[in-house]
Amino acid sequence: MAEVRACPDCLRRSWLLALLGPYIEKVATGAIGSRSPELLRLSNEDLVAVAAPKVAGQLLGRIEALDEKYLAAELTAAQCWACCRHGDLYPGGLRDAADAPWALIGRGDSRLLDGLEPFGAVTIVGARRATSYGREVARELGRELAAAGMVVVSGLAFGVDACAHRGAIDSGRTIAVLGCGPDTAYPAAHRSLWRQVCEKGAVVSEFPPGAAPWRWSFPARNRIMAALAGMTVVVEAATRSGSLITADLAADLGRDLGAVPGPITSRASAAPNNLLAGGACVVRDAQDVLDAMLGAGVKRIEHGGSALDPELAAVLGAIESGESTCDGVAATLGLSGPDAAAALARLELLGYLACSNMGLYSRTLVPAPAGMGI
Amino acid sequence: MLATARTFTLDGLAARPVRVEVDVHRGLPGFAIVGLPDAAVREARERVRAALVNCGFEFPLQRIVVNLAPASLRKAGPGMDLAIAAALLSASGQLEWEALSRVALAGELALDGSTRPIHGALAIAEAAREGGAEAIVVPAENGPEAALVTGIDVIPLDGLGRLSDLVAGAWEPSRPEALPLALDAAPGGPDLADLRGQPHLRHALEVAAAGGHSLLMIGPPGAGKSLAASRLPSILPPLAAVEALEVARIASACGRLNGALAGGRPFRSPHHTISPAGLVGGGSPPRPGEATLAHRGVLFLDELCEFRRDALEALRAPLEAGEVSISRASSRRTLPCRFMLVAAANPCPCGRGEADPDCGCAPVAVQRYQGRLSGALADRIDILAAVRQPSAADIGGAAGEPSADVRGRVAIARERQERRLGPGRCNAEMTPAEARECALSSEAAALLAELYARQRLSGRAHDRALRLAQTIADLAGSAAIGAEQMAQALQLRRRDRG
Repeated sequence: MAEVRACPDCLRRSWLLALLGPYIEKVATGAIGSRSPELLRLSNEDLVAVAAPKVAGQLLGRIEALDEKYLAAELTAAQCWACCRHGDLYPGGLRDAADAPWALIGRGDSRLLDGLEPFGAVTIVGARRATSYGREVARELGRELAAAGMVVVSGLAFGVDACAHRGAIDSGRTIAVLGCGPDTAYPAAHRSLWRQVCEKGAVVSEFPPGAAPWRWSFPARNRIMAALAGMTVVVEAATRSGSLITADLAADLGRDLGAVPGPITSRASAAPNNLLAGGACVVRDAQDVLDAMLGAGVKRIEHGGSALDPELAAVLGAIESGESTCDGVAATLGLSGPDAAAALARLELLGYLACSNMGLYSRTLVPAPAGMGI
Repeated sequence: MLATARTFTLDGLAARPVRVEVDVHRGLPGFAIVGLPDAAVREARERVRAALVNCGFEFPLQRIVVNLAPASLRKAGPGMDLAIAAALLSASGQLEWEALSRVALAGELALDGSTRPIHGALAIAEAAREGGAEAIVVPAENGPEAALVTGIDVIPLDGLGRLSDLVAGAWEPSRPEALPLALDAAPGGPDLADLRGQPHLRHALEVAAAGGHSLLMIGPPGAGKSLAASRLPSILPPLAAVEALEVARIASACGRLNGALAGGRPFRSPHHTISPAGLVGGGSPPRPGEATLAHRGVLFLDELCEFRRDALEALRAPLEAGEVSISRASSRRTLPCRFMLVAAANPCPCGRGEADPDCGCAPVAVQRYQGRLSGALADRIDILAAVRQPSAADIGGAAGEPSADVRGRVAIARERQERRLGPGRCNAEMTPAEARECALSSEAAALLAELYARQRLSGRAHDRALRLAQTIADLAGSAAIGAEQMAQALQLRRRDRG
């Protein structure tokens, strides 16, 4: 499975970045490493001269000393594969970016990258501190887009990223782009998710196996996420969120930018609402994403489902109007506790509602059958 | 001269027989107690000496040795004072009591010779009867509880001075009135009528009570979780006479029976800082914990996520087995603890819930907090009820259905379960095999099968849904589980998906 389809020079660049980690961390200050994509445009010599002038010669010497055999052995030991900008496995989308990584090192199914063009992938980003709304939306978007054949790209972080991956794993393919070595689960709490993505999709990174994450490496991986996919969807983010870096980078590359509208009073939805005001595509479901990327009506997502009976429709309406507990539904509709409970259970089974492990109900993205009249 | 008397020492909930041997002979005046006495027993020397003198007896100025047999058993507590005093009086020839070897004595002495109540008089009286004693002499305050034990005479003694009257036949003690064991909670206690609105929470409580299912309530502070939990004992069926005696025995051993027993099922709500030993029992000598005090009643763990992990872990095995085993180097005790577990938790550390814009909890903190819910006791919990802040209309609305009415339905449902499963058992205790024998209508089976396929339920979650559905069907009085009842059960069940 471990297969190295990258030239040694490109691979050495990855190892150089790992060596430069702490140096770049010092240089790329300001708004949390936001200068890192700029720095990464530089050639090896210039980058070292900027980031670590005192030890420049020493570092370059160490990198030059890495021979092809050593690099291949390192990758094999970490069960990783690699591709580079001169090879055929390299995703087409990355060629559009001037600051694209020289090599991509990955773990999992390398075939996901094979012939991967921007129109075949969607990047879903958003707040780590997402609300249950944001998590549910991310999960459903991930699930539906993956079911429609799209590769769902995200960053394995808490909140929106993790939910997008989980949704996509359920129904299709997903790629996680990391800011550390692909063999490292970061954050560590997502070790099992990382393992699942490795099994059912791919984890990629421009850093070599074992590389530690730095603050600057997250904006750096964001530029990969933005370039890989034809559209970047922001699910939930505060006004100063790292997800906006991805959104800006995507816009700079001329990619489509989508945002999921949220309550105007919610801080968590402030950034997507701002993006929408600035002309981003409205994303209400996976169909909106497909329409924006491929043209309206080119690919349709089919939803089955027969009409709901009036009581279920009323309960669904109550949840859509903001109730989240069984008592709330019962009080709104004047139902008895048991009747409301039974209706909620049926709606959950039909897929219209999701119940959190705290027992709170929320609406899923599954559209209600036509003719419900709510 | 030598004299012996019989008494008991409390070990957990059980009373162990102790023979008090007193030898008075010539030598340097002294008073020694041997036979593994603890500090309280050793101090009996001073109490007995003062009590004898203050009651007009003479304290022999001779060498006195008190041996507590068996010597291998550790004796604890002040309950041996009375037996030591009686044996001492007999050994020094001040009391000619030929019946001394046929009666048992237990009680603490005050310096003026009056008796003080002791812990565990009920268990001691029972042990005395098992040991073949004709009568048991207890402090007057313990008389009513000792009188619960039939088949043995109970002599309530108010002071050491009365002992000589008793022996001389000048005083004919009458058997004290037995303590009334209330099977039901006293009227005027907490009532479910106080829970206004919140129909789903009421339903969850009723199902929990009917099937003995453990319940977890999650909601913001002030939503009524504690109020609901404290009303649960009032809707549980009344105690059986045997159960009431078990409850009284535990209360007696912990010294909680003196005065009045509240009646009905116990409700225990330990604070979340409780130690494992405090929760399930422990210490040296081992003492019963909150789990045992909640026997036949409700153990309410408020702020479940704040409890120490090791305390909750310690509760797992007792919850399954219905008893606690405390092993010590010298012995192993088993204490009963069949209780209903009710827990409450906030949705996040600040309690507001992440839907509230004021919730400032970091996602990692929320994750860690909720992670504690899924660890520890989660797989022992059947019902999850999300509780919301009651609306103004709820609070100002009419009082809810009173406990008595709900209890009626619960009692009928429990009868159905006992008929099906055997006496004293409830749906929550059904084995997987029994759960799968539940009669299901075809629609209900289809619903369950669909959920099973869709959400990849574990076998355990599948059985839990069946048990809940069976309880709801028992409440409704239907022979087979209907589709509606299954749907309700699926809503009430705890979610185990992250």
